[in-house]
Amino acid sequence: MAFAAFSSNTPSSTSGKPVKSGKIVLVLMLPGLIYLAMFFFIPLVALIQTSLVKRVATPTVHFDPAWNWQNYADVISRYLPQMTRSFGYALVATLVALLISYPLAYFIGVKVRHRPILQRMMVTLVIAPFFISFLLRTIAWKQMLADHSPIMEFVHQIGWLQPSQSFIGSGPAVVFGLIYNFIPFMTLPLYTTLERLDVRYLEAGSDLYASPSKVFRKITLPLSMPGIISGTLLTFIPISGDYVNASQDFLGSEKTSMIGTMVVQDQLVTNNPQTATALSVMLMGIILVLVTVYVRRAGTEELL
Amino acid sequence: MATQLKVTGADLELIDVRKDFPGFTALDDMDLHIPAGQFFALLGPSGCGKTTTLRIVAGLETPTQGQVLIGGQDVTSMKPHERPVNTVFQSYALFPHMTILENVAFGLRQRKIEDPVAKAKEALDLVELGHIAGRRPQQLSGGQQQRVALARALVNRPSLLLLDEPLGALDLKLRRQMQIELKAIQMEVGLTFLHVTHDQEEAMDMADTVAVMNKGRVEQMGAPEALYDRPKTTFVSKFLGQSNLFVGKVSDSNDSSVSIEIGGHKVTVDKKRAEKHTGTIAIGVRPEKATFHASNPKLSSDHVVIGPGEIIDIRFTGVSNQYLIDVPNIGEITVFAQNVGKSPVVELGAKVWVSWKVEHSFGLADLPDGSEDLD
Repeated sequence: MAFAAFSSNTPSSTSGKPVKSGKIVLVLMLPGLIYLAMFFFIPLVALIQTSLVKRVATPTVHFDPAWNWQNYADVISRYLPQMTRSFGYALVATLVALLISYPLAYFIGVKVRHRPILQRMMVTLVIAPFFISFLLRTIAWKQMLADHSPIMEFVHQIGWLQPSQSFIGSGPAVVFGLIYNFIPFMTLPLYTTLERLDVRYLEAGSDLYASPSKVFRKITLPLSMPGIISGTLLTFIPISGDYVNASQDFLGSEKTSMIGTMVVQDQLVTNNPQTATALSVMLMGIILVLVTVYVRRAGTEELL
Repeated sequence: MATQLKVTGADLELIDVRKDFPGFTALDDMDLHIPAGQFFALLGPSGCGKTTTLRIVAGLETPTQGQVLIGGQDVTSMKPHERPVNTVFQSYALFPHMTILENVAFGLRQRKIEDPVAKAKEALDLVELGHIAGRRPQQLSGGQQQRVALARALVNRPSLLLLDEPLGALDLKLRRQMQIELKAIQMEVGLTFLHVTHDQEEAMDMADTVAVMNKGRVEQMGAPEALYDRPKTTFVSKFLGQSNLFVGKVSDSNDSSVSIEIGGHKVTVDKKRAEKHTGTIAIGVRPEKATFHASNPKLSSDHVVIGPGEIIDIRFTGVSNQYLIDVPNIGEITVFAQNVGKSPVVELGAKVWVSWKVEHSFGLADLPDGSEDLD
C-alpha cells in the first residue's frame, strides 16, 4: 500500500522472495510485533475508543463510554475551515518545496557528481539545520519576520506590503515556515534518486531528437518519480498535522489555525479529548485516502 | 532539423578535429572522411580516442578545435538533437520506464513523424522482436536489448548511424550472429555506419574500411585485406593480427628490393611493400605466411630462410598449431601451421629452419619500441 512508496525505487516486479517459514522467523519477528502491538495497535484502538465517548458536563466533567458518532459530526461542523486550511497549506507548501528542492537536488545529485567532496559538503548543508532544534529556528524566524524587523522594514519600503499590514500571523507566513522546516525532507529523497540517475539515458534522449526540455519531461522527470513521491509524502503528511508553525506562539494567528492547532487546544486547553481524538482519527483517515489515491495514480505513466 | 534528414546515408568528414581533456589530449588533429553508404570501423585499444570521436560526431562532446561535416553540412555547433545522426550505445541506454515499442517510437515522436507506433512495430519486426513489443527493457536478454537499441536508432533512418561497441556485452556465439545480422541490415538500408570497436576480428569482418587508431590519431586506414597484408606501423602490425618483426640496417638494395642483415641472415622485402628503404628498418611477416622445415630448404632468392632454430613452444588452437621457434641471435619467431595432417611432425626441442616468400614481407615506417637505430 501507500508505505511502499518509501521503499527503494528499483522496480522489483520480477523478483520473487524466497519463502521461508519456520520458528526462527517467528522468533525474530516477535520483538517487532510486540512493539507494534504496544505502541501502535493498542494506542490506535484507545484513540478510536476515546473519539467515541460521550462528554457529560454535570455534575463534574466526565466521559461515558459510548458509540457517540455525534463527536465526528461536531468536529466536521466546527472545524471544517481548519481542515481545508490544513490540507490547503500542506498542498501549497509541498508544491513550493518541490519546486525549490528539485533544481537543488538535481544540482547536488547530477551536476556536481564528479566532485564527491563538494557533493558531500552540499548534502551536509541541506541537513545542517537539523543540528538546531526546529522550535528555536521557528522562533528565530518569528523575530526576523516580526513587524519593524529589518527584513520587514525592507519589504514595506519596496511596497510589497502596505504599511498597515503585518506579515507575521498571516497565512503566507505560516506556509513560509512550513516550507522552511520541511524542505530537507523533500530534498533528501529527491537527491538519493537523482544521484543514481544514469545520464546515459539523457544522452540517448538527445540523440533521439529530444530537446533539453523534452528530455527533462520525458526522461529525467519520470525516472525521478520515486524521489518525487517519497519527498512529497514525507513533506505533505507531517505538514498536514503540524501544530507549531500555525500556532499564535510562532508564525500564525487565530486566522491560520490548522487541525494540529485545534487538537492541541481541545486536548490540553478546553478538556475535550473526544473532539481532539475524533479530529486526529479524521486527519489520519483523510491522509490515508489521499496518499493511497496519489500513489496509485503516480504509479502509472498516464500521470505525466 | 527534420527536413534535412535524407533517407539515404550521408558522408561524414572530420577536419582537423582536436579534443583536449584536462590533463590529456584524446584526439590529436584528426582528419577523416567516410563516404556515404560505407560500413566504416574505428578500431583501437581502449583510450585511443575512438569513443571520443564518435561522441563528437553525435554532438555529445564538443571538439576543442576542428569541424564536423555530415553530408557536406557543418554540424560542429549543432546540438545532439539537431543532428541527423543516431547512436547505438554500448550500454544500449534503453529507457527503463517505457515499453520496447515506446522506446523505438521515441525518436519518431520527437520529430512528429506520422504513425510512429506502426513504424516502430515495423522496425521491431525487422529485428524479430515484434512479439515482445509490450515488454520493458529489463525483462529482455542482452542480445534482445541490443537489437532493440539497433531498431530504436534505425527506425529514424539517420544519415549516419553510430555504433559504440554495440556487441561488446554479448557472448561469442551471439556476437557472431549479430555481426552477420548487422552487416545484412546495413546492406539492406544502405546507411552510413560508423562502428567503434576494439575487436579486430569484428572490424575486419564487417567493415568496408577500417581505421586503426592509436593515441588519439589514425595510424592507418584502408580495406581490411590491405591493412592486414601491408601494415605500415609496428602498432598496426601487432594490433591487427600478429607479426614477426626483424630490425636491422639495410645491407643490400637493388631496384626492386631491400634487405637487412640480422644475426647472420638476410631478410628481404619488396621495395614497393616497404615504407623506408635506408638506415635501420623493421621488416615483418605474418605467422601463417611462414613455414618451417626439418632441414635447410636451400631455396632461391625469392625466399627468406632463417635457421636453424629450436621449437620452444607448441600451442594447439584447433584449426592450427602455433609454433614458437627460438633462433640464436635473432629471437623468437611465431609460425602458424594449419592442422591438415601433413605438416612436418615436429616436437618440442626439434631443430628447424623457417622460410617465407619475399613477397609476403612488409617493411614498416617505424621501429618497434625498445629497438634502437643502428647507426
